[in-house]
Amino acid sequence: MTKYFLIVDFQPGIAETPMEEWQPDEIEAHLDYYRRLNRELVASGELVQQEVLTGPDLAKVVTFDGVTAPVVTDGPFQEFKEWIAGYQIVDVDSEERAIEIAAQYSAVPGPGGAPIQQPITVRRVMEFAPRSTPEMEDWLETAGGARRA
Amino acid sequence: MTSTGVADAAPIEDLLRELAPQVLGVLARQSGDFDAAEDAVQEALIAAADHWPRDGLPESPRAWLLRTAGRRLIDQHRSEQARSSRELQTGLEAATSPAATPPDEDDTLTVLFLCCHPSLTPASAIALTLRAVGGLTTAQIASAFLVPEATMAQRISRAKRTIRDAGATFRMPAAGTPEHEAALRNVLHVLYLVFNEGYVSSGGSELDAPELADEAIRLARLVHGQLPEDAEAAGLLALMLLIDARRPARVDASGDPIPLADQDRSRWDRARIAEGVTILDAAIATGRVGEYQFQAAIAAIHDRAPTAAETDWSQIAALYEMLERITGSPVVRLNRAVAAGMADGPAAGLALLDGLDGTVAAHRLEAVRAHLLEMAGDVDGAVRHYQAAARLTTNLPEQRYLAMRAARLRVEGG
Repeated sequence: MTKYFLIVDFQPGIAETPMEEWQPDEIEAHLDYYRRLNRELVASGELVQQEVLTGPDLAKVVTFDGVTAPVVTDGPFQEFKEWIAGYQIVDVDSEERAIEIAAQYSAVPGPGGAPIQQPITVRRVMEFAPRSTPEMEDWLETAGGARRA
Repeated sequence: MTSTGVADAAPIEDLLRELAPQVLGVLARQSGDFDAAEDAVQEALIAAADHWPRDGLPESPRAWLLRTAGRRLIDQHRSEQARSSRELQTGLEAATSPAATPPDEDDTLTVLFLCCHPSLTPASAIALTLRAVGGLTTAQIASAFLVPEATMAQRISRAKRTIRDAGATFRMPAAGTPEHEAALRNVLHVLYLVFNEGYVSSGGSELDAPELADEAIRLARLVHGQLPEDAEAAGLLALMLLIDARRPARVDASGDPIPLADQDRSRWDRARIAEGVTILDAAIATGRVGEYQFQAAIAAIHDRAPTAAETDWSQIAALYEMLERITGSPVVRLNRAVAAGMADGPAAGLALLDGLDGTVAAHRLEAVRAHLLEMAGDVDGAVRHYQAAARLTTNLPEQRYLAMRAARLRVEGG
């Protein structure tokens, strides 16, 4: 099993209007789609974690030189549509399966019930250690250690 | 240490693990419902882990578990249908009476075979095996795999549904049949994967993850004990022991892996090595060689070398060549390339890398190529491939190691 980070940002896909301007039943269908998909991924034992994030209005940037006081500002931020809106972490058997799940998130219905084709970024989560003992032993035996560093 | 009358936690855990599949075997047989029986045993194990350390061991721990799990199973069935629960109750009463069947070792193997049913993905089989045969709690298994407990619980339920839907029943395939042979290969593969997960679980150092390697060795020992004639079951146990013997030496104080050449060999577990070698020699003597025996033989050569410089790389390269012939595995070829490089020089190793692109993990191929180029004195090439390997790897210690290797070479020029 491998963990993947599925990131959705504020790029609108093909939806030309923000959600606040959709019809109520369109918003309901949109949210129902997410609920159903999330229930499926919980039931399959693949959904590890998911969060939806607040937007730039509530965000802060912190910098610190290690000596004086930390500096906290309300920006500057990158372009709004590049903001991470939310993410899922899924633990799946293959990259193909992660892509399949990302595709389902991308096809969430928008205005008129059409899939809005939101871009989903799929990132593999870095592991704390080699995945398995043979991989580790191979590495220790060969590239890692056949010659002293 | 003072005697307090309350029982120690570690022996209780060992006892629970040993008894769990036996109790499950009895209940699954009586009820014909493996899924519900497995849930009931899990609840009984959690109850035992709570009561026994406080109240002391019951007179017959096995009977206590059978009674507790049996009661839960009956409660569950009673709420579903009254008639069958009466039959079940009668059956369970007979099974749980003090005079009833002594511990039946065969049941454990039957449970293990069912948990490694071919309808399951390896990940599902591992989770179910650890709970039903290993006697681990869902929480422990979840922490070993760094996922929430609810996620792991869903995976286990799903695995049991899959087995049921595949029409599997609680019985052992007859020994000597192709069905038995295929099922046993699958069991060995799952145990091998459980052992392999040992490194993943060592990642989250703050988590109370069980030692999966220990559990895999315990189960491999059990299979070898029940099927002593099977050379590959013996080979697998030997392989696990020979690799696990290096555990005390393979990470540093901060948990980072130490390459084989730099490990303090005085910290290797000599008793484990001796046991592994004995088991391996007996298996090889039967003449029915297989993958696990070859891998164990390679591990044994490393274990026997007094220093890294004295490693018999020619013999390792020859064993990898034979292993490659029976498996056709590109990963084996990659390992063979390094061994050949060490035995016959980097050109021999590099020649074996031809055609491996796209067949093995890209970062491993890059790292091996970099290593062989470094041996050949091609500093620029080595730096370039170490950097590529660092960008492609999926785990942190390796990424740090490869980045450091590239940086050193760049600065010092090899």
